[in-house]
Amino acid sequence: MNPVTSTSNTRPVRFVDAVPDRFDAEVRRRVDAGARFAGLYATADRGDGGTRLTAVLVEDGALTALDAPLPVAAGSYPSVTALLPAAFWYERELHDLFGLVPVGHPRLDPLVLPLADGAERPCPGSGRSPGRLDPDDLVLPRRVTGSGMFTIPHGPVRSGVFESVEYLVETPGEDVAHIQVRVYAKHRGIEKRFEGMAPAAGILLAERVEGIASVAHALAFAQACETLADAAAPPAAAYIRVLHAELERLANHLDVTTRLCDAAGLAVATSRFAWHKELVLRLVGSLCGSRFGRGVVTPGGAHRIPLIPPAQALADLAAIEHTLLPDARLLMNTSSFLDRLRGTGRLDPDLARAHGALGPVGRASGLADDARRSRPYDAYDRLDLPPARTHDTADVLARTRIRFDEIDAAVSLARQALTMLQTLDPDTTPVCVPVHLADGRALARVEAPQGELLYALELAGGAITRCKPRTASFHNLVLFHETFHTDILTDYPFIEASFGLSIAGVVS
Amino acid sequence: MPWAIRGLRNGVLTTPYPRRPDPYADQFPASLRIRDDATAGDADISTLTALCPTGALRTSDDGRLQLDHGACILCGACVRARPDLITGQLGSETARLSRDALVVPEALQTDQALSALQAELAERVRALRRSVHIRHVDAGSDGAEEWEIQALLGPVYDIHRLGVFFTASPRHADILLVTGTGTHGMAAPLRRTLDGMPRPTVVIAAGTDAISAGLIRPSYATGAGIGALIPVDVWVPGSPPSPFSLLHAILLALGRVPARASTHPQADTSEAGGPR
Repeated sequence: MNPVTSTSNTRPVRFVDAVPDRFDAEVRRRVDAGARFAGLYATADRGDGGTRLTAVLVEDGALTALDAPLPVAAGSYPSVTALLPAAFWYERELHDLFGLVPVGHPRLDPLVLPLADGAERPCPGSGRSPGRLDPDDLVLPRRVTGSGMFTIPHGPVRSGVFESVEYLVETPGEDVAHIQVRVYAKHRGIEKRFEGMAPAAGILLAERVEGIASVAHALAFAQACETLADAAAPPAAAYIRVLHAELERLANHLDVTTRLCDAAGLAVATSRFAWHKELVLRLVGSLCGSRFGRGVVTPGGAHRIPLIPPAQALADLAAIEHTLLPDARLLMNTSSFLDRLRGTGRLDPDLARAHGALGPVGRASGLADDARRSRPYDAYDRLDLPPARTHDTADVLARTRIRFDEIDAAVSLARQALTMLQTLDPDTTPVCVPVHLADGRALARVEAPQGELLYALELAGGAITRCKPRTASFHNLVLFHETFHTDILTDYPFIEASFGLSIAGVVS
Repeated sequence: MPWAIRGLRNGVLTTPYPRRPDPYADQFPASLRIRDDATAGDADISTLTALCPTGALRTSDDGRLQLDHGACILCGACVRARPDLITGQLGSETARLSRDALVVPEALQTDQALSALQAELAERVRALRRSVHIRHVDAGSDGAEEWEIQALLGPVYDIHRLGVFFTASPRHADILLVTGTGTHGMAAPLRRTLDGMPRPTVVIAAGTDAISAGLIRPSYATGAGIGALIPVDVWVPGSPPSPFSLLHAILLALGRVPARASTHPQADTSEAGGPR
């Protein structure tokens, strides 16, 4: 194995080698020393048939990739989960995709792709295309224990317009004793699909990993490319990127608010926030032609300046703000709404810290880390971003308050970005620099609406050999079943909405 | 009480579509088109087809440039490279009654075939009249399609005013609205949902992913759209399709907007939203 170290001034990433036998202990040692565990993935080696394990850690705000090369014959390695529960889902995903067995893992059930022992596995990074792989639901465990307990299966086809996911709710009647989350039905095999693609097509695929966070995914992908090219987006592009990233955040938080209002049965509020969200999507559409900001970001900058003059966008934004903010104030003073949120779905701050919970979910449980602040990218260091607030009540109400804070901040940042774009001459300002991609490996990080989003990208011969998106949706969803303490079935939609995740991002 | 007053504050927000045209629907760049004045030589065609990440741009049997809306993800690479040949097309009425009609120019389909499709569909939906229930199934979407479908329930599109409702149970559903690429994991649940619906049924493939799996194919985990899994009646492209395009698809299924042979340039915005 020959790790390539890539660093640029703004986004230093440390690539560190570890011995496979001591990989688990090394991850644990670094977490004990203050690092935040941010993910675990693997890459099949095209040459020798081995597999490289990589743990991603955030140490003092900077990313560290800890590599352990497993030789071809090794079908197993010491489980990280045994020492660090936060790796629980990651190792299940690893087992599904590579067939690797983490020895000592407490419950190695299938997660993203249930396959029988000995079946062919996708092995992202190998460069080989597997044949058709059908999920084998016979290998899934079904167990319910306890007196009077039964299981209510929700999904994969759910009631209402939702993404497909299956929640097995184990309950004695009202309380939610345990939830199993099954996400594999939506598995699209995207990590393998990236292989062999040119980066220009890869960024389009990145936009479709988690469609409601298209801009964040494109940004993370583009930043990984820019690290490899040692290039930086020009100032105008940086403002355009912030503008779209913040409008995307606004739309996402409004979506969560709409769902919470719907769960509370507030018909007028549901309609009002759905309207605000529609106005934001229309503003995004008028800026770039796509209501989801697709095709805005490109490696090296942005594809073009906004389609409408900044002054017009500022007026649209002001109109949204004018109707949205009074509604937000009223909602947060509506007692029938707040009563359903208060104390509901509490995520214990110690557990959140141990797991490294991300985004609004983490911030509502006392974790302030935000990539926009700790390692500002694009134009965030040139704009006025209010300091992150955290809450320690850790319930649905706290998560909602965090989202409303972020709604205020997103409107402000979008306005600042538009104001800066107004000062630039659209005819003479470059929005994109040429990128000459060098082969190698990069790790990029942005703050998506759902929380920290990581992209690990490897290029060889100008084509993608491995691309691993690590979404906040994947990282946070495992915490879902930890939030039902005294909560009952009717609290379920509130807790689910308050996480604000996308299943497409969990299982891509 | 304060909410009730708030609800009245901004008046009626709902679109007049399909009774009258909606400017937003008419001005939305929901698709691309090959320019009428385009004279593409073989070299131009091979440049463009090489540029297209999903193979939506291709050479037709008679050597002309062809655009498959069912595979186009609107990335705009072709428009940026050759604005003299490909351009954005305004207008949201992008749904069609056959897969072939999404391919332009020269859909293989004749007007006669279209009329036959229409008549057959009209026969099936005749009993539905003004009370229609839709069951949505995500068969491997990226999540954006669901947002656009949810928007139909909001005050701007307010699909309930048209007598169309979403239902949780397939037993109550008339229309199956499917998003996503048709993953192997969703094949059985999708089939079971359709089988659980009372006959007759109408199936809408919503989005480029549902039609052809777009950029996601080829993949070990998904087929090329839902057409291989269940029979589809209405195809609405888009990545994702906007709410107006989805509305068009639903109304087209019900015979409440006129059908068109293909996404052709002259099928322009001026005739959008004509009442039946």
